[in-house]
Amino acid sequence: MTPLDNVADLRDTDLNDVELDRRLASTWATPKGVWGALSTVDHKIIGRRYIITAFVFLALGGILSLAMRLQLAQPEARFIGPDRYNQIFTMHGTNMMFLFAVPVMEAMAVYLVPLMVGTRNIAFPRLNAFSYWMYLAGGLLLWIAFAIDTGPDVGWFADVPLSGPQYAAGKRADIWAQMITFTEVSALAVAVELVVTVFKQRAPGMSLDQIPLFVWSMLVTSFLIIMAMPAIMIASTALILDRLVGTQFFNPAEGGDVLLWQHLFWFFGHPEVYIIFLPAVGMVSTIVATFTRRPVFGYLGMVMALIATGILAFGLWVHHMFVAGLPRLGESFFTASSMAIAIPAGLQIFCWLATIWAGRPVFKTPFLFVIGFMVIFVIGGMTGVMVASVPFDTQVHDTYFVVAHFHYVLVGGAVFPLLGAIYYWFPKITGRMMNETIGRWAFGLIFTGFNLTFFPMHILGLQGMPRRIYTYQPEMPWSGLNMFVSLSAVILAAGFLLFFIDAIRSALSGPVAPANPWCASTLEWATSSPPPAYNFSRMPVVGSLEPLVDNSGALPVASGLFVDRRELVVTSVVGALPEARESSPGDSIWPLWSALATTVLLIWSIFTPWAVVWGSVPLAIALTGWFWPKGTKEDDA
Amino acid sequence: MKQTIVLDLSKLPPHGLGTASLTWWGTLAFMLIEGTGFALAIAVYLYLMSLAPQWPLHAPAPDLLAGTVLTLLLIASLFPNILVARWAKAQDLRKVRIGLIVMSLLGIAPLIVRVFEFPAMHINWDQNAYGSIVWVMLGLHTTHILTDLIDTLVLTALMFSRHGDNPRRYGDISDNAMYWNFVVATWLPMYICLYWVPRL
Amino acid sequence: MRMSPIIWMSTIAIISGCTGNQSAINPKGAPAIHIAHLMSGIVAVCTLVWLLVMVMLVWALLRKRSDAGEQARERGLTTTVSAAVGATAVIIAGMTIASFYTTRDIGIPGEAALTITVRGQQWWWQVIYADPDPALTFQTANEIHIPVGRDVHVQLESTDVVHSFWVPSLAGKQDLVPGRTNSLLLRAERPGIYRGQCAEFCGLQHTHMAMMVIAEDPESFERWAVAQRGNSVNPGKPDAVAGQVAFIAKPCAACHTVRGTPAMGTTGPDLTHVGSRKTIAAGLLMTTRGSLAAWIADPQTLKPGNNMPMVPLTSVELKNISAYMESLK
Repeated sequence: MTPLDNVADLRDTDLNDVELDRRLASTWATPKGVWGALSTVDHKIIGRRYIITAFVFLALGGILSLAMRLQLAQPEARFIGPDRYNQIFTMHGTNMMFLFAVPVMEAMAVYLVPLMVGTRNIAFPRLNAFSYWMYLAGGLLLWIAFAIDTGPDVGWFADVPLSGPQYAAGKRADIWAQMITFTEVSALAVAVELVVTVFKQRAPGMSLDQIPLFVWSMLVTSFLIIMAMPAIMIASTALILDRLVGTQFFNPAEGGDVLLWQHLFWFFGHPEVYIIFLPAVGMVSTIVATFTRRPVFGYLGMVMALIATGILAFGLWVHHMFVAGLPRLGESFFTASSMAIAIPAGLQIFCWLATIWAGRPVFKTPFLFVIGFMVIFVIGGMTGVMVASVPFDTQVHDTYFVVAHFHYVLVGGAVFPLLGAIYYWFPKITGRMMNETIGRWAFGLIFTGFNLTFFPMHILGLQGMPRRIYTYQPEMPWSGLNMFVSLSAVILAAGFLLFFIDAIRSALSGPVAPANPWCASTLEWATSSPPPAYNFSRMPVVGSLEPLVDNSGALPVASGLFVDRRELVVTSVVGALPEARESSPGDSIWPLWSALATTVLLIWSIFTPWAVVWGSVPLAIALTGWFWPKGTKEDDA
Repeated sequence: MKQTIVLDLSKLPPHGLGTASLTWWGTLAFMLIEGTGFALAIAVYLYLMSLAPQWPLHAPAPDLLAGTVLTLLLIASLFPNILVARWAKAQDLRKVRIGLIVMSLLGIAPLIVRVFEFPAMHINWDQNAYGSIVWVMLGLHTTHILTDLIDTLVLTALMFSRHGDNPRRYGDISDNAMYWNFVVATWLPMYICLYWVPRL
Repeated sequence: MRMSPIIWMSTIAIISGCTGNQSAINPKGAPAIHIAHLMSGIVAVCTLVWLLVMVMLVWALLRKRSDAGEQARERGLTTTVSAAVGATAVIIAGMTIASFYTTRDIGIPGEAALTITVRGQQWWWQVIYADPDPALTFQTANEIHIPVGRDVHVQLESTDVVHSFWVPSLAGKQDLVPGRTNSLLLRAERPGIYRGQCAEFCGLQHTHMAMMVIAEDPESFERWAVAQRGNSVNPGKPDAVAGQVAFIAKPCAACHTVRGTPAMGTTGPDLTHVGSRKTIAAGLLMTTRGSLAAWIADPQTLKPGNNMPMVPLTSVELKNISAYMESLK
């Protein structure tokens, strides 16, 4: 026992560095054991869980796509019957959109944003824990249902009336609709945490014009989630009500409307694309800056482009309904707005090109994935302009052309940057480096396999092959290309397999990473790899966009926080001037109980509306337990 | 990495109030989510109305009494609500306790009136799309009142416990008061939509 | 190896010759031809833009670097990036305008030579040739005949879920939405058989929901219409006569209509002239006596989940009913 143990309200100013680290660790660290793991609120532990879970879902979704390619390789193949096939493509889309793409982007932000803005934990860390449990429960619900042959079979868009009470008997469509509730609750929770973290927990001095571009992109993304996800919540709730208690929202015979579903779904569904793509823009900006050894060209333009994309995203949904029979004049407006998105997207591409041109490129694996992104995403952008044109779209809508288009956009535009981001931030997250040689091979295989798999689908679509068919007749001229596509998919799968092997192997036994292996310029590299539970022993103070470049050697920091309780600093929205010290909530098991109570309520309500009444009792108890003060220093400060 | 101390935070208050509080911003974000949801519900109402040959669909316009009483009740509740927020800011425990009891009662009262609003619609949820959307709108707002009421009740209990007299709790109370203002504010467009638009 | 768009375009040129009768790049109808023109224009411009961006990317990555003139370089970049954004705006404005004019060209004209109602059902197409005189109205299934060179107005409806009517060689697609009526212009410029297929996922057998559009000269079309208006021909051969008896006695008649007989069901396709159609089961099989027998014997194996049940029949009944169906020319 040191004499200092008796001092109440110990501050970091009273301690030397070693003692400071020791005490902060004991204040912030997650206790060992199962209980500690279940009650932790550390954004890094939760973020890591989120990322790993999302990649497990990516692998599962990938296996489904291989099953589809096996079935489609030859005409009239009989590996998979229509019922299972419909479940498989529905699962593939639903899983990739709701369980992989959106969560993985938010997961990266949950891990990285607090570090990049220089704070010690995300805002509302218990909500963060809750959101992960909800996400996990939603994912398990969907996959267990699929395993017992109750997987949804109505498409990831679940158009009514096919998903309505009359044409979708059983519980398959309800599983889909309720899985939406799970993932949206978790996505909305993370969005709120991120907005507040970025607004209020930035390091002192990190004014709006010094926020890293990845953080900006996640801020815009979070607002998109907040504005877009309520639409799908309303839609899926209305669908469940139609199915469970006989409301008539989508029944044209009783004043309901089929297209109402499509409007609501796509009012969410199109922003969803940017919810996935904008974080990737942030990742690309970060990687480009690091591997060209200079800041991204046109910071202000990049931020404006992010915001413009976010706003335009809400004016495009009708382009998913060009063949639904809406008035032609209105459709032409949506052609114009959809094409207009090419302007901010183009600006971003040109700014990256300018950055590379003016910088000194270093060809490491993360940068290779960014180059692959540029090649592929620009093709996806071009085909995006094509489908924005009403007449063009009437020929390619719901064909393999569109399948090719959105894989170019989503895989090229989001998964390539994500893989680059994994290679880039892996040392920070795990403390170990990934393998550069295997990384190059993985990139090569994925890049080649991707293009060989998806490019021919453009042609298949133009040749009249619709989407969502489980087989085709031998007299159709599609079998050659389909076989080619299926074989190419094996190359793509091999690339991903190699990536997974590299990630697991490196996490276990890769070379130990220094704090800043890439000589990057943002704050997350100012702390050790992996960061300690408290992220920074003293709060960093920021005076530029590249804090690690401009302060050669020593990091300016602020002192004066307590070390015997979890404390961080709250700053103002615009100038990031310090406003208050603030306690950050400690570990708690109640988010888990709350998530379990919510899970029971939501699954039960698939079967009876009374679940909402009786299920809310344990939920109310769990939430009260969550918020009731426990008399800790954090509670009472 | 080596550190140079350039700033001292020890003089800062240990807890921010108002815009310096994280929960204030969190509450605002949740209000944005719910506000979007309510706006969409109203949009659905108007969309269905635009498709229908007549509106309300196979039903007379709703009776005004229950809905109007509830609206007046909600508006009246704003005054004690604002007082509670003011007392919380002044950290006056006794007044806050009284105020919270009043606000709990003012949370229960509209729920009782709400029971009479559903039959005043003269239609069931499963009869047609008009019935469906008015029941869902009423249901959504009832949930809204209910969640805030439970929050108020828990806070009331908290203020009578040993954890009560604490700046952090007072912050929670003013956030809760802000949320109740929002509950009232979202009702007004819904009230106009449900009761007056069918009479246009 | 990556296929560049240049290769893609030449590939299109090569394959469009052998791309079949269900292809957007083998257009034979006026709307499809308009759209194909627009498509090749947009694809050409986009390919060019993509190539330019790629050239810039390679140059930016590999150019030789010197340390001099940093300041001037940033200014030059600003100008270049602004110019590129400006060019983007001009290009997409051009495409929007081109797209708008094409939309006008493929719009529904006021007057049409013929109006057909197509009703989507899980999983087949009901086709109604309505006439103000009910006696002249007739219907068929999964096969649409149109006169070449005439504007044909297709009214699209659905009795169950959303379907999408798509005959790519003739026109773009249009959804069939329950509770709404949509319309589409067809105008074949050359005689031929054009295949189409449901393009909106509509359930278990979305895959097998095809139709044939047969464009023929106006005289042939008129002959066909006259034949279709008539009641079914009475069977001559003994097996077909026995087949008719069995068809009416068995549950078949509960779902199908054969005009001129007591069979008046409306759940399934009208079979009055089923023998004259090119295919059965919505494009699944060519119409032959053998395929008819196979289909009637076990529809659930050929098209799992479709709404036609397996009706227990003796082998003689099966043979006779198939003969009867084939005779319904």
